[in-house]
Amino acid sequence: MFTPILALHIPDGFLSVPVSVVGWLLAIILIAIALRQTRQQFGERQIPLMGILAACIFAGQMLNFPVSGGTSGHLLGATLAAILLGPYAAVLVMTCVVGVQALLFQDGGLLALGFNIFNMGIVAGFVGYAAYKWVWRMMGGSPVTQFAVAGIAAWLGVVIGAAVCALQLAVSGTSPLRIALPAMVGIHMLIGIGEALITVGAISFVRQTRPDLLNADSTQVATLGSGWIAVGLVIAIALAFASPLASSHPDGLEFVAEQSGFLQLAQNPAYNILPDYTVPFIQDQALTTIVAGIIGVLVVTGVGIGVARLTGRRPENSRANAPQTSSSR
Amino acid sequence: MSGLFQERYEAGNSLVHHLDARIKVVTAILLIVGIVLTPSGAFPAYPLLWAVIGSLAVIGNIGAWRLARLAAVALPFTLAAATLLFTTPGQPVVALMGLWITDAGVTRFLDIVIKSWLSVQVGLLLSITTPFTDLVWALSCLRVPNPLLAIIGFMYRYLFTLKEEAERMLRARAARSGSIVGYKSGGGLLWRTRIAGGMVGSLFLRSYERSERVYAAMLARGYSGQIKARIAAPLSWRSIGLGAIPVLIFLAIQVMARQAWSG
Repeated sequence: MFTPILALHIPDGFLSVPVSVVGWLLAIILIAIALRQTRQQFGERQIPLMGILAACIFAGQMLNFPVSGGTSGHLLGATLAAILLGPYAAVLVMTCVVGVQALLFQDGGLLALGFNIFNMGIVAGFVGYAAYKWVWRMMGGSPVTQFAVAGIAAWLGVVIGAAVCALQLAVSGTSPLRIALPAMVGIHMLIGIGEALITVGAISFVRQTRPDLLNADSTQVATLGSGWIAVGLVIAIALAFASPLASSHPDGLEFVAEQSGFLQLAQNPAYNILPDYTVPFIQDQALTTIVAGIIGVLVVTGVGIGVARLTGRRPENSRANAPQTSSSR
Repeated sequence: MSGLFQERYEAGNSLVHHLDARIKVVTAILLIVGIVLTPSGAFPAYPLLWAVIGSLAVIGNIGAWRLARLAAVALPFTLAAATLLFTTPGQPVVALMGLWITDAGVTRFLDIVIKSWLSVQVGLLLSITTPFTDLVWALSCLRVPNPLLAIIGFMYRYLFTLKEEAERMLRARAARSGSIVGYKSGGGLLWRTRIAGGMVGSLFLRSYERSERVYAAMLARGYSGQIKARIAAPLSWRSIGLGAIPVLIFLAIQVMARQAWSG
């Protein structure tokens, strides 16, 4: 059987080595940011809290509900974690979940782990969180809409995670985009419904029993400013992946041609390692565009974060060690 | 589902079990890179690669055939590559449901299936012969940030506790969901998802509150935000040499594949 959890865990062999390396670089950078941010957010509690909640999401993926015909729906958990703990904590929690699934249970490959973390932790978490925040604010922030918004966010997180996964498979030449994208997105539009319903159920339960956890968000506003940097980064990288696909357009082609002089120089060594690597519908130039696009995005982001650090030191750091909740048994 | 949670490590006394965990992690990653880099269509290379992995499995007391069967878990994902059979341009071979399978498509598809199957075997070999704590320690020696590894260590420590918590919830739900065959019981789909959501929320809260108690207990024992890592002993030349053997064989196969067999 082809369980929904497996559907997003890319095994080794499906992503080409350059694509895997890009995935690892993205994952490493975002994990480093997430480690710093959660350290600020939770202080010394970071390690036990993140560790136990990672185990919780892992175990929570067992809690399924029967749909029909022997299939069952269950949780990915990235958006739920992002709504309850903030996006950076969700990135860390999902990194640990996906990492341990790969290391201990061979669910997803080791080389492909970078992009598996990216798809299931970073994209699903951040997209879900951004959707949750934006839509809820647009709807006036009333508690009634909160559940609906959480559901939409969870659904979007899964679907966009799947779309990004399809792009990676296409760029690696494993599955043509015109088939992989509709197939992956189609399957996950269904899986996402289960995700959305469980997320809504979980949020409403938490709201009834520990509303303080949902409202703890006001203390997370401190991290939100740079949160948008990361969200922007994710979107920009997704666009970098899509850029060569748009290059069948005349405009896109011109753009590629303009860049390729410098790109060829930069990319030659990588191609000597892979002399007859063939990509069925995207030529090598597409890959170079993606790699260059991502490097560009990262450089710009680095500069952006640097400037932001210089211009505005946040005073909220002093709050890092204050416990967020009072109850303990 | 419970298969997902089985601890992979099997205690043993073999050469593979005793090899330094740092060497094993690096070797495993190099072997997987080697597998993935094998040029498309170099089919004589694959039995050789498998022979190397299989002999490692025999040395490690796992058995080549058992490892190969365990590795089949990754095969469902190959559906994602099945479309290549039809879409890769090449000579048509067989017609299926009105679509032509091309020879190049078959090559590419087999390539991906075999590569992923071999890679899973290498990953399995690593986790069957190495305790998880050693694996985490090896990663810390490879400069993976300590807070991340401390979090993973915590996760591992509570994974099976929370798994049992989740199992108790599932058992409780099953116990309360008696039904007579042929009669409709329980609520509709929405009702079922609400129950599952409540279970997830409940598990989350229990974990959250558990982490608060654990943190308080750690503070009481003098925790100051740092988790001490085990000190790394210097690597012996013998273990480096042992780890290098499969890597060098893989390298030789790569060279041959590129010179002679690449299609």
